[in-house]
Amino acid sequence: MPKDEYTSRDFKVVGTRPIRPDGIEKVTGKARYGADISAPGMLWGAILRSPHAHARIKGIDTSKARAMKGVKAVITRADFTHQPEDSGMADILDNCMAGDKARYDGHAVAAVAATSKSIARAALAAIEVDYEVLPHVTDVDEAMKTGAPVVEPGRQQESVPEGYCENVTGRSQYGHGDPESGFEQADLIVERSFKTAATHQGYIEPHACLATLDSDGQGDLWVCTQGHYMVRNVCAGVLGLDAGQLRVTASEIGGGFGGKTHVWMEPTALMLARKSGKPVKLVLSRDEVFRATGPTASSSVDVKIGMTSEGKITGATATYRLQAGAYPGGIAFLSAMCGFAPYDLENVRTEGFEVMTNRPKAAAYRAPGAPMGAYPVESVIDELCQKLDLDPLETRLKNAAREGTRSSYGPTYPAIGLEATLEAAKSHPHWSAPLGENQGRGVACGFWFNFGGDTCVSLMVNPDGTVSLSEGNPDIGGSRASMTMMAAEELGVPLDQVRTIIADTASLGQNEVTDGSRVTFAVGLATIKAARHAIEIMKERAAMTWGIDPEAVDWRDGAAHPAGPNAGKFPPMTIKEIAAIASNTGGPIAGHHEVNAEGAGVSFATHMVDTEVDPETGAVKVLRYTVFQDAGKAVHPDYVEGQFQGGAAQGIGWAINEEYIYGDDGRLQNAGFLDYRIPVASDLPMIEPVILEIPNPGHPYGVRGVGETSIVPPLAAIANSVSRAAGVRLTSLPMSPPRVLAALKAQ
Amino acid sequence: MSRIHVTTTINGDETEYLCEAGETLLDVLRDHLDMTGSKEGCGTGDCGACSVVVDGRLVCSCLMLAAEAEGRAVDTIEGMAQGNQLHPLQQKFLEHAALQCGICTPGILVAAKNLLERNPNPSEEEVRYWLAGNLCRCTGYDKIIRAVMDTAADLRGAA
Repeated sequence: MPKDEYTSRDFKVVGTRPIRPDGIEKVTGKARYGADISAPGMLWGAILRSPHAHARIKGIDTSKARAMKGVKAVITRADFTHQPEDSGMADILDNCMAGDKARYDGHAVAAVAATSKSIARAALAAIEVDYEVLPHVTDVDEAMKTGAPVVEPGRQQESVPEGYCENVTGRSQYGHGDPESGFEQADLIVERSFKTAATHQGYIEPHACLATLDSDGQGDLWVCTQGHYMVRNVCAGVLGLDAGQLRVTASEIGGGFGGKTHVWMEPTALMLARKSGKPVKLVLSRDEVFRATGPTASSSVDVKIGMTSEGKITGATATYRLQAGAYPGGIAFLSAMCGFAPYDLENVRTEGFEVMTNRPKAAAYRAPGAPMGAYPVESVIDELCQKLDLDPLETRLKNAAREGTRSSYGPTYPAIGLEATLEAAKSHPHWSAPLGENQGRGVACGFWFNFGGDTCVSLMVNPDGTVSLSEGNPDIGGSRASMTMMAAEELGVPLDQVRTIIADTASLGQNEVTDGSRVTFAVGLATIKAARHAIEIMKERAAMTWGIDPEAVDWRDGAAHPAGPNAGKFPPMTIKEIAAIASNTGGPIAGHHEVNAEGAGVSFATHMVDTEVDPETGAVKVLRYTVFQDAGKAVHPDYVEGQFQGGAAQGIGWAINEEYIYGDDGRLQNAGFLDYRIPVASDLPMIEPVILEIPNPGHPYGVRGVGETSIVPPLAAIANSVSRAAGVRLTSLPMSPPRVLAALKAQ
Repeated sequence: MSRIHVTTTINGDETEYLCEAGETLLDVLRDHLDMTGSKEGCGTGDCGACSVVVDGRLVCSCLMLAAEAEGRAVDTIEGMAQGNQLHPLQQKFLEHAALQCGICTPGILVAAKNLLERNPNPSEEEVRYWLAGNLCRCTGYDKIIRAVMDTAADLRGAA
């Protein structure tokens, strides 16, 4: 891990709050999102979905649909003649279009392309599917039991011990020391079980794409995604295409939060385009988004923590059982890694079980696995603090991980910011503000790894000396602004001299998905290095012009300056002057950088929240919320604050309202925003963001990703607040009014 | 399938279109008139991303049939700026960084403008309840509420 990237410096652009460069088009409605583009001769696609949680598909009769006027293509799995060798790719294909059986309510079984939306919808209704309904299971604990309906046999990994139901596909273990001996040293041990419901990322823009694919194998795809390179690679793998023949362009993206790091229906659009010979636009409905695109996993967790009367944790264990949905995979291993990551523990063990069920394939959701990793741990720590009469912030400080701590999941931490967030929380006026009747204050900590990954950036110095920056990650929340700022900072030019665009897959090399809070860190790092590359070239050009050694040229304030005793007394050459004569000094000037970025720098946050519980209805009102998080270096503080606030709001929804509700028939009962209620403006207070800046050694400016950590602490922070307000410990999310009321009555 | 001929006014311009009986105003705006600033987030009137104003009244264009626009005056996000002059709300949304992904922004701007025309001095609670029909998943609403309140204060000062 490189630790020598960071150098302290005085920033001119980074840390300011300019208006984002893509702002005007987004406040005027001109920005083009996934469903906002059309093509000449375009058809409308639509997907038929299984009404059954688990059913064998005995036959599909598409003849009536195909005979309808305006219907140009009808496809089923039989049209996908390429069978991917890779099992992961084969699973994606099967999820996009069911093979021999439908595995969940909402699983795609056929699709049409027609000249209008209404004809496409009518054609779906004319398709006849012969189902043999099979027994199903939609609960993670039920799915682990011997004798449970098996979603798919033969997928259990060797990591799973003998005796587990075949739905358990993977098991992971982390930790060090001996928890049992640790528990012997404890003055108090609390052992509890917790549950969290599946929640959806809830992005407001449904998935949408526009596809062409011709008989020569050349295709174009316009799509809202967090990673168009991933979409290209997966579609090529699923359909047996050459990746180089498929150009994917990322639209503006209307939210993702991890849910758009996967492929759900793009191969279907391409197949419809190939079969019809026309461009096909495919836009999912909100119902389809809920039923067939990734919610996060529900969880069932056992936690045991021992503590001394002074607040030192002596031993800790946790077992996480997470629902992966209809295909192998899952994120229980991430819960098992993250749960105790904020703490410096001598004796800690965790294990995670990945469990298949008849639900949609679980997808990444903002710090995947970490919220359900932290919620049980932070809840039990809070209960220990209550029972031992300890201050919850001081207790966390006493156990806090710091530089040199061996983490519960293995690595030893470099410089980290957890203590800084706890100290900031302690001294914040929120901590000492008075509380009223039926009100409680909760705190919790959270951890996320952060990520770097494959990244390409090109930076072109145009003939007039302006700069064009090409990056390959969709701008999901202001990243064009951050990249523009870092390029301007490094080059020493005004912000308006740089324009950043998101390149398509044919215009720039491979880039990882916009995930893992990686973009400001990794694309920022590559942007800075691309700028440095361009600066080196410009220094050479100036040296050539002056007839001196390139080593004798400095770059500052957007210009080359002769430097050193023997350089001569030349006036500085600005970027505009160098660009103007570039053709005569060696040709166009461009910098670029390609890297698998390491050193992302782990991230920590502490959240503090006040709630009021209505004793008559069980309703929970969030009164005050403060986020303390380490950003390393906040490039554009407004958008860092926005990540803190947005993550907290999603966590509030997860804690109080949001829940996938399945009936006994295995069907999702609340596939819409009316019944799956995400927080609305009147549900929330202002959310105060407090930015801490502990530089990340792995980034030239000290940047850490900030996007995900903010959803990790809220579940427990709110649960701790509600438990203190209600006087009873709640162990199941969401803490909806009926659950809270039941807990109050059971007291 | 026979279509219905509609004459209406959109952002001050007389507009004619043919629509199917089952098509919504949002369908026509987006698919026939290329006015894609209004977004479809749910199609059931729950998210507010398709908000437009019809004869002064804030509506979800996904819940209104296109044929019902006959003889009405429809205002959409595309008509909010006057040429290159942003509406004060649009400018304040930029200054407050009141958008992240931006998909809900057109609907929220349309709704907020309608609020300020009715109530130039709304409390924070009034802004929150007025915008409760406009879902935003990115921001936690904090900066949106601030931008609306700040715009209202500026407009009151200018009046």
